[in-house]
Amino acid sequence: MWSDALNAPRARDGKAPDVLHQGGWVEMREYRDTEEVDFVIVGTGAGGGTLAARLAEQGFSVVAMDAGGWFRPIEEFASDETAQEMIYWNDHRVTDGANPLTMGGNNSGKAIGGSTVHYAMVALRFRPEWFKSRTLLGYGADWPIDWREMWHWYAEAERQLSIAGPLSYPWGPKRGRYPFRAHELNGAAKLLAEGAQKTGIEWTETPLATLSAPYRDANGTSPPCVYRGFCRFGCSTNAKRSSLTVFIPRALAAGAEVRDLAMVGKIETGPDGRATGVHYHRDGEWRFQKAKNVIVAGYAVETPRLLLNSANDRFPDGLANSSGLVGKNLMTQSNSAVWGRMDTPVRSYKGPPSLAISEHWNYDDNNDFHGGYLWLGQGPMPIEWAGVLTGAKGLWGDALREEMRDYNHMVGVKMVGETLPNEANRVTLADDVDQYGLKVARITFSYGDNDKAMIDHALQQMRASIDAVDASDIFDQPDDNCHLGGTIRMGDDPTTSVVNADGRSWDIPNLWVCDGSLFPTVGGVNPSLTIYALALRMADRIGEMSKRGELYRCRM
Amino acid sequence: MARRDTQSWNEPTRQAIDARLSVPREPRFFTVEEWDCADALCQLIIPGVIDPPLVALLDAALHDGDGHGTRTQTVPYRREAWRQGVNALDSCARGSHGKPFAQLGKDDQSALLETIQRGEPTAGQWGAMEPQDFFKRCVLGDIPALFYSLPQAWNEIGFGGPASPRGYVRLELGHRDPWEAAEVGPDGDSDTVERKNRHVV
Repeated sequence: MWSDALNAPRARDGKAPDVLHQGGWVEMREYRDTEEVDFVIVGTGAGGGTLAARLAEQGFSVVAMDAGGWFRPIEEFASDETAQEMIYWNDHRVTDGANPLTMGGNNSGKAIGGSTVHYAMVALRFRPEWFKSRTLLGYGADWPIDWREMWHWYAEAERQLSIAGPLSYPWGPKRGRYPFRAHELNGAAKLLAEGAQKTGIEWTETPLATLSAPYRDANGTSPPCVYRGFCRFGCSTNAKRSSLTVFIPRALAAGAEVRDLAMVGKIETGPDGRATGVHYHRDGEWRFQKAKNVIVAGYAVETPRLLLNSANDRFPDGLANSSGLVGKNLMTQSNSAVWGRMDTPVRSYKGPPSLAISEHWNYDDNNDFHGGYLWLGQGPMPIEWAGVLTGAKGLWGDALREEMRDYNHMVGVKMVGETLPNEANRVTLADDVDQYGLKVARITFSYGDNDKAMIDHALQQMRASIDAVDASDIFDQPDDNCHLGGTIRMGDDPTTSVVNADGRSWDIPNLWVCDGSLFPTVGGVNPSLTIYALALRMADRIGEMSKRGELYRCRM
Repeated sequence: MARRDTQSWNEPTRQAIDARLSVPREPRFFTVEEWDCADALCQLIIPGVIDPPLVALLDAALHDGDGHGTRTQTVPYRREAWRQGVNALDSCARGSHGKPFAQLGKDDQSALLETIQRGEPTAGQWGAMEPQDFFKRCVLGDIPALFYSLPQAWNEIGFGGPASPRGYVRLELGHRDPWEAAEVGPDGDSDTVERKNRHVV
């Protein structure tokens, strides 16, 4: 029963759940709280899980902690939208601003594996110019990493995650073949393709982190996708390639300890201003894990919240915050959609929701707004679809019930749109406290004029695409948001960024960040592959620094 | 529910749905008065659902947890919002008709909800909560989600339903797996479709 996963920690007494085998356990190395490990990592998603594996594989001692439970997908995940709410981060938070963000399944996870347990698996690379968007495109801020270097780490991430993608990708510089072949298109994806062809723009099969053929390695076997369609509510067959199924097993095999139900509430600093470890809540009590380095990988809300909640006499504004930028420049990605009705049943709930994609508008600079967007095929489940009809049309009563009957006939495309960084959009601390007694995050967000202009443009283009396949009763779903970014900006200058290109704090050299909060700009693509790539790069850099003796009290 | 014991439903799915259908039919979160008001509200948002009554699912959800854990400037956390919301609805009904919401006729109930949905002033006591936002976030956000979590609702809209570990095989536009219901029109006339659907398990 999955509820057991939330009652008491499962990773203990020298063993941890083996999610690749029914009822399986694997041996796990354990560290005492008083043992000063090389790295304690907060969060086990695309950033933290990947780092735990790669650092342990290089021989570092690693303890990774996650506030969520350690679920066993093949035994415990239901095909049910409501029952699976337990994998989202639904703890208390405050949202405000002119456009309060919708938080939950679209942008936050609480489980071993983080949000990758329920991501839609869309695995895309940034457009190269976005890494220098300020210099080359005139907006946002430059990344401190060159695109060619990222290209190398993207390829590495795609290989390690066995991404299934098209033979050739229509946009951007040449890239190698995807490791696995693309998935078959479902009805919704076929219609996206038809709409693109008829309106004269390119489309392709979406590169996805779900297997299109069986996979086997030393840690176990995963089957190919069976197209059951509940991807965003947790994959119950392990076809999904996530931090939970790929990097956590590797981390354990390499000697990392991974602690579930371990909520980190505060990072401690010593007399020299260095981080000394983390206070964490597990098994009903607060404990303290000593560490030579602390890496925070809690995503764009929980990472700044932890740094702000760790304020002390020496760092009264929170850790790593001499720039004053911790929590600022929060970005989301706009997620507006257009829907219509087909005479033929589409049954878009079958298969991963986003089997086809058009990145056309990410590579077009002739618009009256900055940044770009893509759109993806859609496959809403029944409750989500009811949410679209109540949200976009305000329907209820018999009118709602009637329109819901067209569920199988609906087709839609949804944008993932870049929003621009703005310091007024930010994460701060509210006065409310959560179940651990910690101040909760206040998330302030308003769309800017550029963001609104892009959404208008996208709605118009998506409408043309849905119209081109002869859908009827076309309507817009203008209000929705998804992924987050920003809040711990990486950069080359300590006055305008919080961390450097390696995710290392300018102020506290043994404090690091590795997740989507590093992004100076979010681009118009789903962020997970970029986070994986940053984590792989960062692990490699840490190995190099260690060899050169550039790590604090930590030399391999 | 015919597919409950097939390869389409794994054990966690069976447990989740069994628990949902056997939800206690009495208030544990709401008071009796609040339950009556919420019940009337559920009947208005999704008419004609008797078993299980949606108010029982709502009460259970609020009893078990605080739901989507976000509050805004105008709508508090879910438990507080719902308690405040149903009491405010009752106060509206008393203010304009002299009796609680559940005792109004359907037309008066609908008219009141429409007023709230349009953001017009009501005769009730809403405190710091914004009625229109409560309606959007909680009433329309939560009640339809309760209904469309039920197998009877999936049948009503033709959703293929849970499919693990079996999955789906026929992804092509207009194609139907044998364990998905046929529909009148694309799959034939009502007699053929009924015959096909007798074997959809």
